[in-house]
Amino acid sequence: MSTDTDTDYDVAKGDSVHPGKPVMVDRYTGGARINHWITATSLVLLALSGLSLFHPRLFFLSALFGGGQAVRAIHPWIGVILFFSFLGLFLRFWKLNLWKREDGTWLARVRDVLTAHDERLPEVGKYNAGQKLVFWSMSILIIVLITSGLVIWDQYFAAYTTIEQKRWALLVHSIAAILAISVWITHVYAAIWVKGTIRGMVRGSVTGGWAWRYHRKWLRELVAKPPAGVPTEDKKRTAAE
Amino acid sequence: MFPPVPNPTTGPQSPKFGEKDLMRRSASTVRPPAERQTEVAKLIDVSKCIGCKACQSACIEWNDTHPEIEENTGVFENPHDLTSEMFTLMRFTEWENPETDNLEWLIRKDGCMHCEDPGCLKACPAPGAIVQYSNGIVDFVHENCIGCGYCIKGCPFNIPRISPVDHTAYKCTLCSDRIAVGQGPACAKACPTQAIVFGTKEEMKKHAEGRITDLKSRGFANAGLYDPPGVGGTHVMYVLHHADKPEIYAGLPNNPTISPIVEAWKGVTKYAGLAVMGVAAVTGFLHYMVNGPNRVSEEDEEAAERLTGDRSS
Ligand code: HEM
Ligand code: SF4
Ligand code: SF4
Ligand code: SF4
Repeated sequence: MSTDTDTDYDVAKGDSVHPGKPVMVDRYTGGARINHWITATSLVLLALSGLSLFHPRLFFLSALFGGGQAVRAIHPWIGVILFFSFLGLFLRFWKLNLWKREDGTWLARVRDVLTAHDERLPEVGKYNAGQKLVFWSMSILIIVLITSGLVIWDQYFAAYTTIEQKRWALLVHSIAAILAISVWITHVYAAIWVKGTIRGMVRGSVTGGWAWRYHRKWLRELVAKPPAGVPTEDKKRTAAE
Repeated sequence: MFPPVPNPTTGPQSPKFGEKDLMRRSASTVRPPAERQTEVAKLIDVSKCIGCKACQSACIEWNDTHPEIEENTGVFENPHDLTSEMFTLMRFTEWENPETDNLEWLIRKDGCMHCEDPGCLKACPAPGAIVQYSNGIVDFVHENCIGCGYCIKGCPFNIPRISPVDHTAYKCTLCSDRIAVGQGPACAKACPTQAIVFGTKEEMKKHAEGRITDLKSRGFANAGLYDPPGVGGTHVMYVLHHADKPEIYAGLPNNPTISPIVEAWKGVTKYAGLAVMGVAAVTGFLHYMVNGPNRVSEEDEEAAERLTGDRSS
């Protein structure tokens, strides 16, 4: 694979740079943002409703949904929404999350990551190694959760599996849920810690400085890309792919 | 002949056990009563059962359930399985005894065993949906049940069933409402052969001993009592002519215990899980406290302007 095609992966449709003071960079389209927030809402509702069954101390959370019976009925349906919604995000972002050479270096310097010495890190594309790990672990965990969740969805699927299989599914589902919630905590924390990130998902754009500091390779590629609307040889080639 | 439970008096009576006698309550911590009530038990002597199903009818009548009328598929089980409307079921097995070459017709009355260590209660996530009284009765409390079906996975005997109507779990109550006022279970009352008897657990064990001696004298060398220690003993016990192989009685488990998967799910997973999520949250909080936010600097913005400026020129 040549480095040329490699770089194309780091830019998504709709990403573009608007020169000015400050420079603004479009990072997420309206569709991507709606998709993300549906996923986020369902994940939070799933975590809250699931946790209410997970430990007696957390059973009070079921009141948020109108009681235990309601939690039992609604949790798996939210799971179905989450699955399809996440599938949308997956199809949008999987290419941008493929592992690249610089990701290993980035990860090896996790100490600099955590102490905000971003200048010591290699330039990365639209996503850094941490974000890619969140992406792939969530993808795997959600597949595990929907699979085990269907096995223990007794209201409709009780007849399809044995009790022994359902016991395993419950154990797997609760462990996967713990991991998913922990990954989610990390994901949200990173967004809070790195200022200017949340507006990317709320308003769709980030400042040029933000892109320069955290995703310089992505910014460089965007700048190298001809401005939208001006067809050039380069643009035609990308479109044909 | 075991002395039958006396007929009820007509005057009102106050219940002999209740909230204050709870030994266990699902998803809750209760302080067990200082003094335990005498343990009760139902003894089912499989060797005496004639398969008349009077017990099933009595159960339906007392509990006012309405099992669905099903198709006859050429077997004796009726209905075909325990349901949320059928708390007890006669299970029939035709077994060829390899030693005697005799065909033996084994009839076992299936239903909740009222385990001393109930797996259903251990698995239940809803506070107070399953309770265990100090006399050994395990009871489902429907207004607290959320219908999740975890009890089904917890039970080593495959007993509870979820009602498709009210989405709560049902099983034999050991007629706790009758026992509370000094009566015996409806099935025991109805049984014409005294294959079902009811009394204190001690009495039942003693009565079983007599039955087992009798069976042994008639050539059933392996006759014995089924009171499985793996679940701490049960408050419904069987006299079996072949106690060395309980599984021939329509799959009665040999040495049942709460599944290790359920123990792991309800034990270490809960503590480790809460710890992992807690650590993730606390680590984030401390990291922020120590390092503060990660902000974009003026220089970063200027660098971006220079980069884009290059392009527009
Ligand atoms: C993706 C599809 C999902 C399906 C179909 C599903 C289904 C289920 C079902 C059927 C149960 C049993 C209780 C009930 O009937 O409500 C359950 C329990 C649970 N779910 Fe899910 N779920 C899904 C996703 C999730 C997610 C994403 C999380 C957390 C982020 C989660 C967390 C939990 C937890 C903590 C429990 C309780 C387990 C326990 O009691 O140990 N679930 N789920
Ligand atoms: S279905 Fe079973 S485990 Fe679930 S709440 Fe009801 S009694 Fe408890
Ligand atoms: S037999 Fe099953 S339902 Fe009955 S007490 Fe034991 S575990 Fe619970
Ligand atoms: S009533 Fe007695 S004899 Fe008749 S089926 Fe029930 S246990 Fe057997």
